[in-house]
Amino acid sequence: MVNYILLRLLRMIPQMLIISVLAFVIIQLPPGDFLTERINRLKATGLTVDNAEVERLTKMYGLDQPMAAQYIKWITNIITKGDFGYSWTFARDVNEIIGSRMGMTFFISFLAFVVCWSFAIPVGILVAVKQYSVIDYFFTFLGFIGLATPGFLLALVLMYVSFEYFGLKVGGLFSQEMILAPWSWAKFVDFLKHIWLPVIILAIGGTANLIRTLRATMLDELRKQYVTVARAKGLSEFKVLMLYPVRIAINPIVSTFGWLLVWFFSGGTVVEIVLNLDTAGPMLWRALMTQDMYTAGAYIVIVGFLTAIGSLISDLLLAAIDPRVRFGGLEA
Amino acid sequence: MPEQDQNLLLEIKGLRTYFHLAEGVVHAVDGVDLKMHRKETLGIVGESGCGKSISAYSMLRLVPPPGKIEAGEILFYKTPKDGSTNQAEIVNLTKLDPNGSEIRNIRGNYISMVFQEPMTAMSPVRTVGQQIMEAIILHQKVSKEEARKQTIEMLRRVRMSNPERVIDDYPFQLSGGMRQRAVIAMALCCRPSLLIADEPTTALDVTTEAQILNLMRDLQDEFGMAIMYITHNLGVIAEMADNVAVMYMGRVVEQADVSTIFYNPLHPYTQGLHQSIPQLKDALSRKEHKRLDVIKGMVPDPYSRLKGCPFHPRCPKFIAGVCDEVEPRMVEPEPGHTVKCHLYG
Repeated sequence: MVNYILLRLLRMIPQMLIISVLAFVIIQLPPGDFLTERINRLKATGLTVDNAEVERLTKMYGLDQPMAAQYIKWITNIITKGDFGYSWTFARDVNEIIGSRMGMTFFISFLAFVVCWSFAIPVGILVAVKQYSVIDYFFTFLGFIGLATPGFLLALVLMYVSFEYFGLKVGGLFSQEMILAPWSWAKFVDFLKHIWLPVIILAIGGTANLIRTLRATMLDELRKQYVTVARAKGLSEFKVLMLYPVRIAINPIVSTFGWLLVWFFSGGTVVEIVLNLDTAGPMLWRALMTQDMYTAGAYIVIVGFLTAIGSLISDLLLAAIDPRVRFGGLEA
Repeated sequence: MPEQDQNLLLEIKGLRTYFHLAEGVVHAVDGVDLKMHRKETLGIVGESGCGKSISAYSMLRLVPPPGKIEAGEILFYKTPKDGSTNQAEIVNLTKLDPNGSEIRNIRGNYISMVFQEPMTAMSPVRTVGQQIMEAIILHQKVSKEEARKQTIEMLRRVRMSNPERVIDDYPFQLSGGMRQRAVIAMALCCRPSLLIADEPTTALDVTTEAQILNLMRDLQDEFGMAIMYITHNLGVIAEMADNVAVMYMGRVVEQADVSTIFYNPLHPYTQGLHQSIPQLKDALSRKEHKRLDVIKGMVPDPYSRLKGCPFHPRCPKFIAGVCDEVEPRMVEPEPGHTVKCHLYG
């Protein structure tokens, strides 16, 4: 088992390198770079740009070097110093702006994930057990709406409703007067008042998805002989369900745990922009719009890293709950 | 007859279990009458779909929806396990709530069941021990350590090699025969007074089948339980049963002791079943291959319900105007031998 984990961690190194190369190349693909982008904008506003100044900046940032050289310089700094470079858009080090925003995004994603599992798992079991009942149809209907409605639309509607009918202003992460205040209990409460909306919006799509998955796998398992055998032992219906079909039906949920978290992480960008949250999503968007490759690259590399870690955790959890995985895959 | 009552274990009277489907009503069990005594082995034979298994499921109230017990009684003569009295309490199983505590106390404790497929009878993600122990803990209210000890002992009784290791194995690590042994251990761990075996050896190869049959007979002597053995295999019935009930389309058409059923079958359906058994020596002595004698026709479609005797379209001794008009009553042409056929009553 320990060997397996070590092996998986080792395998992550080439994985991460490939992700970083791809991220870097994709960001560089559009014509031009951050400087040309900025010069164009200055020209558009009628200002003249000094050619010597442009050349000086190009040299300073290494933009005249070939892409491979730029990449090597970038990745070396990340690996050796943990330095993601300088963000032109935000005029600060990437590390400085990315830390708090990533933390916030991660926190929101995590809450969305908790809401998603704690709602989807009991409901998924319920609708499978009560197949074709009113409850089943109700949640199926709700689920398809949840799957089909884009998050940003939901965000707009909920913002409108809460402002129009309840007089709440729900955009942002904090109230106006709390933004600059140091962390305190009052600020935390204020934060919770703002955060529920993005959490729910993010959670809805994933929840609907999980309910459908769990319902399908539960229905498969409920028909298996061992469920009848368990009943024939005299176990109560609740115990029969929890110890037998649920134990197996939960597999696909556990094995997608890693992706779900990352899906919340990256899927939230549009919602975060609409809700005007000071999180990582809008930052990525601004960075991409201005061809700020170091900021965008940092974001993609970090998300890639989280994906790899997430799927490792998923696989370990799956091995923990399903001996067939343990005996079949890992020791062979 | 008070003496006979003492030994009575189970009495099924006019049991009807129907499935209400969109296509129509399936009369899976359509008036079954049976009697079982303590320590007796009752074989139930019949073609697939004749209602053998659904009768058994009805007894444990495990009929899957949309199946429903429509009529009849299943009287179980329950003798207390602590031996405080020999006086049996009569429980009508059809009247119990299928999820209630009363039927759950009977399941696995007084009446156990072994199913056809040993491969799928256990959850693949829990150990053999966990799945046996939970029944012991549930019904005998003992500690985990005690349950584990009893489980190992029970695995030894079913002649599982190396029970101390097997108890922590997962079902997929065992072979088919081993798994069926584990399933039998699971069914017997609370020493039930009735074991329902629903084709327990159909999925096994012949040598393993013989071992399991021997094992069940030995355990029956040891534990003093009655076995209801459901199968379509007459050879197994000859080997195992004291008495035999032959089922056709949800009904018991003939019931007698095993030698009578084999040497003096009365119902044309039972006679037909005998002729359909392939005989090895006949097959070898014949020069040209002759087709097996089979009962002509097919089991009628399950939604229809025939007027008169359900077997009349396939019956070689069909009497026009009688068999397709009047449903035969159960008659007893000789003591202990009952048959539902117009030829005898």
